[in-house]
Amino acid sequence: MNVVPVAYYLVLSAVLFGLGVVAFVFKRNIITILLAIELMLNAVNLAFVAFARAWGQTDGLVFVFFVIVVAAAESAVGLAIVIRIYQNRQTLNIERVNLLKF
Amino acid sequence: MPILEHLWIIIALPLAGAALNGLLGKNWSKALVNSVGIGSVSLAFLSVLEAIREFSLLPAGQLSFFKNYFNWMAAGSFKVDFALQMDHLTIVMLLVVTFVSLLVHIYSTGYMAHEEGYYRFFAYLNLFVFFMLTLVLAANIVLMFVGWEGVGLCSYLLIGFWFLKQSAISAGKKAFITTRIGDFGFTVGILLLFWTFGSVDFGTVFMKAANMPAESATQAGVLTWICLLLFAGAIGKSAQLPLYVWLPDAMEGPTPVSALIHAATMVTAGVYMVARMHALFSRAPIAMFVVAAVGAITAFYAATIGLVQTDIKKVLAYSTVSQLGYMFLGCGVGAYAAGIFHLMTHAFFKGLLFLAAGSVIHAMGGEQDMRNMGGLRKQIPVTFWTMFIATLAIAGIPGFAGFFSKDEILDAAGSGADAHITLWLLGLAGAGLTSFYMFRLIFLTFFGKPRFDEHKVHVHESPRSMTVPLMVLALLSIVGGWFAAPHLIGKTDYFEAFLHPVFAAYGVPAGIEQGASLAGAAGEAGGISPSPAMELLHALTGPPVVLAIIGLLVAWWFYIRRPDAPKKLAASVHGLYKLLLDKYYVDEIYAAAIIRPFLWISTNVLWHAVDERVIDGTVNGVASVAREVGGQARELQSGNARSYATWVVIGALGFSVLMLGVWMVR
Repeated sequence: MNVVPVAYYLVLSAVLFGLGVVAFVFKRNIITILLAIELMLNAVNLAFVAFARAWGQTDGLVFVFFVIVVAAAESAVGLAIVIRIYQNRQTLNIERVNLLKF
Repeated sequence: MPILEHLWIIIALPLAGAALNGLLGKNWSKALVNSVGIGSVSLAFLSVLEAIREFSLLPAGQLSFFKNYFNWMAAGSFKVDFALQMDHLTIVMLLVVTFVSLLVHIYSTGYMAHEEGYYRFFAYLNLFVFFMLTLVLAANIVLMFVGWEGVGLCSYLLIGFWFLKQSAISAGKKAFITTRIGDFGFTVGILLLFWTFGSVDFGTVFMKAANMPAESATQAGVLTWICLLLFAGAIGKSAQLPLYVWLPDAMEGPTPVSALIHAATMVTAGVYMVARMHALFSRAPIAMFVVAAVGAITAFYAATIGLVQTDIKKVLAYSTVSQLGYMFLGCGVGAYAAGIFHLMTHAFFKGLLFLAAGSVIHAMGGEQDMRNMGGLRKQIPVTFWTMFIATLAIAGIPGFAGFFSKDEILDAAGSGADAHITLWLLGLAGAGLTSFYMFRLIFLTFFGKPRFDEHKVHVHESPRSMTVPLMVLALLSIVGGWFAAPHLIGKTDYFEAFLHPVFAAYGVPAGIEQGASLAGAAGEAGGISPSPAMELLHALTGPPVVLAIIGLLVAWWFYIRRPDAPKKLAASVHGLYKLLLDKYYVDEIYAAAIIRPFLWISTNVLWHAVDERVIDGTVNGVASVAREVGGQARELQSGNARSYATWVVIGALGFSVLMLGVWMVR
C-alpha cells in the first residue's frame, strides 16, 4: 500500500500557514484576521498529525487536541471582543482601533 | 570598691544628663532642666571624690588603676578596648573638669536664664563634660581620641549656639575646621604609634617605650615623629601658633562656654595629652624642643596682641592662648608637673575671669567693648573683687595661684635641666605683658569715669547663681597654688610630689630630668643650702615678680594717671599699634594664602569642572542616552495591531533563519 510521503503534508501545511500569515498581516477586517489565525493553527495541526503518523507516536495527536481546545477558546473570546468593538466603534477595520499606544 | 571598679559611672552620668535634657528637655520647666543638668554633673563630681578616696586605699606600690570593660573593636592584631584608667594625673584633671564644670553649670542658670533653647544649652554642656571625662579617663589613645573629637564637636555646637547669628556660625565652623587640621596630624600619629609599638594601650606603649633609648637631639627618629604628629593635634586643640586663630573667634559663643571650654578645660586637652605621653616625649629631644619653642613663642606672641584689644572677651581669649603657651613651655622643658599645675590654676583664674567678664557684660546689658565701660567698681562690687583677684593670680603677684605655677614653669625654662635661655626670656617678656594687659582690662572696666550713658544703661549686680561661683573660684584662685608654697623655702612642692609617681614611672633617660625643681629641692640638701628666708626672698624678687609689678605700674600710669597717654602713644607708633590691633593680619594672610586659593580650586576645578562636567556629565549622559533610545523605541508601540503582527512575523522569520543557520553549520 502506497503511503503518501510526510513531505507532502508538510508542504501543504507550510502553504496553508503562509496563506494564514499573509492574510493575518494584510487583511483589515478583524473577523478575517481571526480566520487567518485559525488557518495558521490548523496548518500546524496538520503538521503535527503528519509527524505523529510518520513516527507512529501519539505525542503529536495529544498536541493537536490541545491546540483545538485553545483555538476554540480563542475564537469564543475573540468573537466576543469583535462584537464589543463593533458596538462601541461601529467598525471592524483594525486600523481604526489604535488608541492603545506609546 | 564600687566606684573605682565602675569608673564608667563617672562618664555615664553626664551622658545620661545630656540625653535626658537633649531628648526630652524641650517641654520641661527650667527648674527640671537645671536639676538634671546640674544634678548629673554634681553626681559625677561626688563619684570622682569617692573614686579618689578608694584610689588612695590602693596598695602603695600601685601607681594606677586600670579596668577593661569590653573589647571595642578588633581587626587582626589591632585591638581597641573600652578601658579606663586612673592615676594621679587623671585625678588632677578629673577634679578640675568636674568641679569647674559644676560651677559653670550653676553660673549658666543665671546667665542663660532668658535664652531660647535653654535645655539645648545644658544638654550640650553635659555632653561636653561626658567627652572631656572620656578623654581624661581613657586608657588607650584611640578612646582618648574619641573624647578629643567629642569635645571638639561640643565646642562647635556651643560656639554656634546662637545659630541665627552669622558670625557665630562662621566662628563655629572656623573652630571645627582649624582644629581638624591639627587632628589630621594626631590621627597619623596614632597610626604611627600603633605601627611602631603594635598597641594603642598607654600601659603597653609606655612599657615598650621605656626600654627604648632616648633619641639624639640632632636626628629625628620614629619617636620624634610620633610626638611631633601628636603635638600637631595639640597645636590645633590648644590653640597654639599657627593654629590659634579659632580661639579668639570662639568668643562668639555664650560666655559660660568660653569660660568652661575655651579657657578651663577643653583647650588644655593638648597639655594633658603631652603630659600623658611623657614617656614618649621625654625620649624625643627634638619634639620636646618644638613643644617648648611653640609654647614660648605663642605665650609672647598672643600677649602682644592682647595689649591692644578692646573687646573684653577678646583680651581674655588672647590671654588664654598665651597661658596655654606657658603650659607647653613647661612640658617642653620637662617640667610636666609644672605644666599641669599651671593648667589647674589657670582653670581656676581664667574660668573666673571669663565668668566675671560675663557678669560685666550682663551688667552692661550686652556691651563688650571696654572703651564704653569704666567706673563699674562701685556698682558691681562682687564682680569687681573676684575679677581683681583673678587678675592678681594671672599676673603672677606673689601669694596668688598663678604666681606659683608660672614661677615653676619659668624656673624650669630658665634653670632646669632642659633650659633654653631664649625661651625663658620670651616667657618672662610674656609675663610682663600679661600683667600689663590684665590690669589694663581692670582699669578700663572698673576704674575712671563711666564712658557710657548712665541713663540708658542700668548697671546691676548679677544674681546669686552667678556671683556664688565667682566667689568660689576667687577663693581657689588664691589658695589653689599653695600646694607649692613650701617650695619657696626649699621644702617639698606638694603638687609636684603628688604627680611624681606618674612622671617617674617610666624610667627617663639621663639628660632630661623631670620635676627639675623637685630634684633641685632634694639635691640642695646635700650641696650649698641657702636659708629658707633667702630662698623666699629670692623667689619673691625674681624676674617674673618684678616684671609683673612693672606691668601693673605701667598699666596704672597709662590708664589711671594719664588716661590720654595711650592715645598719644598709639599715635606715635601708629604702624606697630595697627599691626597689633589687626592681630598681625594673620587671619588676612591665611585668607589670602590658604582659604582663597582653596575656594578658587574648589569652585572652579572641583565644582565647575569635576563635579559639573565630569560627574554630572557622566550621569546626565547615561540618562540622555536612555531617553533617546527609549524615544526611538516607543515609536514601535504604534497602537496598530497590524504592525505588531508584522513584527511578530519578522521575528518568527528571523528566528527560523537563525535555526536554519545553526542546523546548517552543524
